[in-house]
Amino acid sequence: MPLLSWLIVLPLLGAIVVALLPARRPEVVFPVALGVSTAPLGLACYILWVFDAGSPGVQFGEFHSISDTFGLSWTLGIDGISLFMVLLTVILFTLSIAASRSITHKTKTYMALLLVLEAACIGVFLALDLLVFFAFFEFVLIPMYLLILIWGSGDSSRAALKFVLFTAFGSAFLLAGIIVLSILAGDTVGTASSFSFFAALATDLSDTAQFWLFLAFGIGFAIKVPMFPFHTWLPDAHTQAPTAGSVVLAGVLLKLGAYGFIRFNLTLFPDATVQLGLILAVLGVIGIIYGAAAATVQPDFKRVIAYSSVSHMGFILLGTFALTSQALGGSIFVMISHGLTTGALFLLIGMIYDRTHTRVIADYGGLAKTMPIYGGIFLFAVFASAGLPSLSGFIGEFLVLIGSYLTLPVLAISAGFGVILAAVYLLWMYERIFHGPVVNPKIEALKDLNFREIAIMVPLVVLIIGLGVYPKPVLDRVQPSVEIILDRIEGITGHEAPEFGRDGDLSVQVSADSVNGTNHGDGDG
Amino acid sequence: MTDLLWLVIAIPLAMATINILIGRRLGEPLSGILATVAVGVSFVLAAIPAVDFIAGTGEPVTIRLFTWIPTMGVEAELLWDPLSMLLTLIVTGVGALIHLYSIGYMHGDERFPRFFSFLNLFIGSMLILVLAANYAIMFIGWELVGLCSYLLISFWFTKPTAAAAGKKAFIVNRIGDWGFLIALMLLFASFGTFDFGVIFATAPAVLSVGMATAITLMLFAAATGKSAQIPLYVWLPDAMEGPTPVSALIHAATMVAAGVFMMARSAVLFELAPATGVVVAIVGVATALLAAVIAMAQKDIKKVLAYSTISQLGYMVLAIGVGAYSAGIFHMTTHAFFKALLFLGAGSVIHAMAGEQDMPKMGGLRKLLPITFLTMAAAWLAISGIFPFSGFWSKDEILAATFNEGGVFYVLWLVGVVVALLTAFYMTRLMVMTFFGSGRWDEGVEPHESPASMTIPLIVLGLFTVGIGFINTPFRLGFEHFLDPAFQGVAHPEEMSAALIWTLAALTTVVTLGGIAWAWARYRRSELPAESGVWWRRALGGFFVDDFYGDVIVAPSRAAADLAVTTDEKALDGVAYGLGSGVKSLGTTLRPVQSGKVRSYAGVLAIAGIVLIVAMVIIGGGF
Repeated sequence: MPLLSWLIVLPLLGAIVVALLPARRPEVVFPVALGVSTAPLGLACYILWVFDAGSPGVQFGEFHSISDTFGLSWTLGIDGISLFMVLLTVILFTLSIAASRSITHKTKTYMALLLVLEAACIGVFLALDLLVFFAFFEFVLIPMYLLILIWGSGDSSRAALKFVLFTAFGSAFLLAGIIVLSILAGDTVGTASSFSFFAALATDLSDTAQFWLFLAFGIGFAIKVPMFPFHTWLPDAHTQAPTAGSVVLAGVLLKLGAYGFIRFNLTLFPDATVQLGLILAVLGVIGIIYGAAAATVQPDFKRVIAYSSVSHMGFILLGTFALTSQALGGSIFVMISHGLTTGALFLLIGMIYDRTHTRVIADYGGLAKTMPIYGGIFLFAVFASAGLPSLSGFIGEFLVLIGSYLTLPVLAISAGFGVILAAVYLLWMYERIFHGPVVNPKIEALKDLNFREIAIMVPLVVLIIGLGVYPKPVLDRVQPSVEIILDRIEGITGHEAPEFGRDGDLSVQVSADSVNGTNHGDGDG
Repeated sequence: MTDLLWLVIAIPLAMATINILIGRRLGEPLSGILATVAVGVSFVLAAIPAVDFIAGTGEPVTIRLFTWIPTMGVEAELLWDPLSMLLTLIVTGVGALIHLYSIGYMHGDERFPRFFSFLNLFIGSMLILVLAANYAIMFIGWELVGLCSYLLISFWFTKPTAAAAGKKAFIVNRIGDWGFLIALMLLFASFGTFDFGVIFATAPAVLSVGMATAITLMLFAAATGKSAQIPLYVWLPDAMEGPTPVSALIHAATMVAAGVFMMARSAVLFELAPATGVVVAIVGVATALLAAVIAMAQKDIKKVLAYSTISQLGYMVLAIGVGAYSAGIFHMTTHAFFKALLFLGAGSVIHAMAGEQDMPKMGGLRKLLPITFLTMAAAWLAISGIFPFSGFWSKDEILAATFNEGGVFYVLWLVGVVVALLTAFYMTRLMVMTFFGSGRWDEGVEPHESPASMTIPLIVLGLFTVGIGFINTPFRLGFEHFLDPAFQGVAHPEEMSAALIWTLAALTTVVTLGGIAWAWARYRRSELPAESGVWWRRALGGFFVDDFYGDVIVAPSRAAADLAVTTDEKALDGVAYGLGSGVKSLGTTLRPVQSGKVRSYAGVLAIAGIVLIVAMVIIGGGF
């Protein structure tokens, strides 16, 4: 059975089921949507269970040709990196749906759109055909745009438009890059064009071609990440989106760009990566500091978290382009952890917004007094986001900082400064919302979290502690895929990543050629 | 027995979790009693294997629990040696007493179970810090105790000053932690591991003097945060907003000593960096002096003790700077007892005075609070350094070691002696204003001795305060030799002649007695002296260092943050919108039939086509 195709199809089927529900029974929409969203969650957990941790290449490969002439195919595969991106996606979508109880306007459409969006996100992480990848990557925009537009608050149409314009602008470059690359790859395999990732991998690209392709792909991904200075769409989109939209946007959609950088830029354009990586790492560090600084003075707490995302994404960029195994593994870990912690924060903000309909920090104060459970869980999420050791946020940041010091010492030290700023903006926000006397009479009357809301938070709390205390299961599966990328870069460019601290068992010494061979085998079978 | 050592950490952490989840159901005394028992059990579990070390037969062992971060080879490992053993016993022993005290002190508090949960979490975190076998695990404990400090300082969070103080403590500590992080980067780049065993064994061969200096300076930067030294000490006086047992446990006896402990643990590295030693010694002694001067003018009883703690930590840091690691740890040990006692005593006084902390409103409590008075008097003599109380032995050892370094260190020694004088002064001032003379209480205040759960810890700590100094005297350096296994590869300080030691000790004793007499004469009158001179006011305000930091650091940072926001809204968005409207009009031209937003998307795709063609031409040209 083609497991990975099912992973994409299941949410789509779920969307159809939800859409076909009888209009006169609105109360069944929520439980049905929640129920169907557990199908991909279960399947992804099964894949995690049977995933071969030691193998560096893609697993569960699927290959069905669509057009031999143009080298277009339905090629799917999963490696240690995409495995956890998919898991993050399915977990956050299920929780987002569970948190969408308060949606009463066009519930069916809302739930169906979320499920369609889930399918598209999973597709991005699994696709190994460039055009299919691009199709999913772009398709994500449509449900997200509608979610912000219809269920958003405030000036949602402006925010939705800004979101689409920014990312579509980047996508134009990405599409151009993909078409050019497919023509070059077509030469290699003897067809008019080839969108196969493996064909691209086997193509010997000139330095010039790599340079321009890196830029074309890079702009597309940089806007999606978002990387400074392309980040200004993010705070608006986050702020106006409904809760589930914000969770998915921060938790999953931002990872699409970072994932793209690792999967395509690093892997396919190694010479350009070594040449241009420093610029991206510098922009990443600027993003860390800039995002954190801007977060401190935001009056709206969704904007605080939005800017904190800009800051965290900076860590991912730094870790990605430091080109050491610790840093790259760390940046993937940041991606996972940021999804969990920021997801938790947006879910929590949604819960209070459902009660008060205000996100202005100044409207609050003393909330920990009236909602102690809420205050406790929120504080937990705040410290998780601030990278407290023993929680998941620390592992990734720590790996990125230590790992990137080996190649980019000044940037790593500067990035460390961001750790201070994270404490400043998060604790200051917390103080203003939760501490001090209760002045607003509305706050006095609020009810603490109910059972459903606590149940939504528990999995995230458990995962955040679990990954912080025992990150080994994740790192064991991610690292072989990281090593293979770095080994390819080393093999082609002669760029040497320092060897310190590498665990002997984990450093997978496979040459780029043999990897291509293996992967082709998997794909065809 | 060391197999069960992980339980020493796990039991308080488990109890903390239980109290978080079902503390409310356990209710008032029970949640506190269980928490106290948990720490007591930890103490016993640590004391059993400790017997070997005390008997002199123990060997340091590392206990591997599991692999934490495989890609950096970080193991979750515990190191059980005399140094970690000592700290473990102090943390759990003093900790258990303070838990017991808190049952009485926190009586009636709405969040009673929550308080004990945080205290237990602190004990567990502090034990991670002291028992760590590598810098990465130590950093976990290091940050977690900071978290507990935050939680407990802002425990009464509806009070804005308490909330602000907790935040300030965490953020100021994080500034120091930046140093810790940089040290970790340097260590990993140099050694490829964080493991103490590997690092200390190979450091002399691996590290250049420059790298050793950089690493130790960064570690010291971290210590200035946690151990409240110049320039990062400003959080500790504010931390007094927390309940008094917290001040005793975290902000006097244990957590603030973590910086000193961490530097002592890294003794091998500090030995390789003499330049760092000089910086450390100077900062330590300067902090000791500054804080002592400020303490002289404080009116709030807890503020006196807070600045006193900073000052005493300065002594310990001085000890590290002059390479007298055992002496530093020794003073940390004695200080843990007498300062915890002073804080708990102050808590008892505050309890008796119905929450009053202002010393000018106290007085004459000697007869009404006899146990509190007697035990605090022991601590007063100990911190002042009067023979044979514990502080005498430990402080003198540091001063003697400083003197022994010679050269510029004579100056540091002299400052240290002056600090001893000021210490005697401000502590005597505190005792006289609180316990002697006539009562200057507000109306309605009826002082009374505290319940047994509070006085028993005072008595136990009092006994230690008197006796603990004898574990290491110039005649019998039992403590120093006991710590030897923890300081392998570190040279013992040069032996000093007995005559010199006793001369120096006699000299400081005379100076100390002078300080006591000065304060006694000044405050043992019917009217309190005015203390209204300009220097008194400056010292009372802590020389306005907080305001200075506000102007020089906080305000410009705030401006920078505002600038970032303006840049986003004006510059970056401006460019984007400019581009956007260009695209939009292009879209209109190309596809006049479509309307609204979809048109813009079409425009973007049209641009894509153009970019594509251009790119192909460029790349095609590149072949």
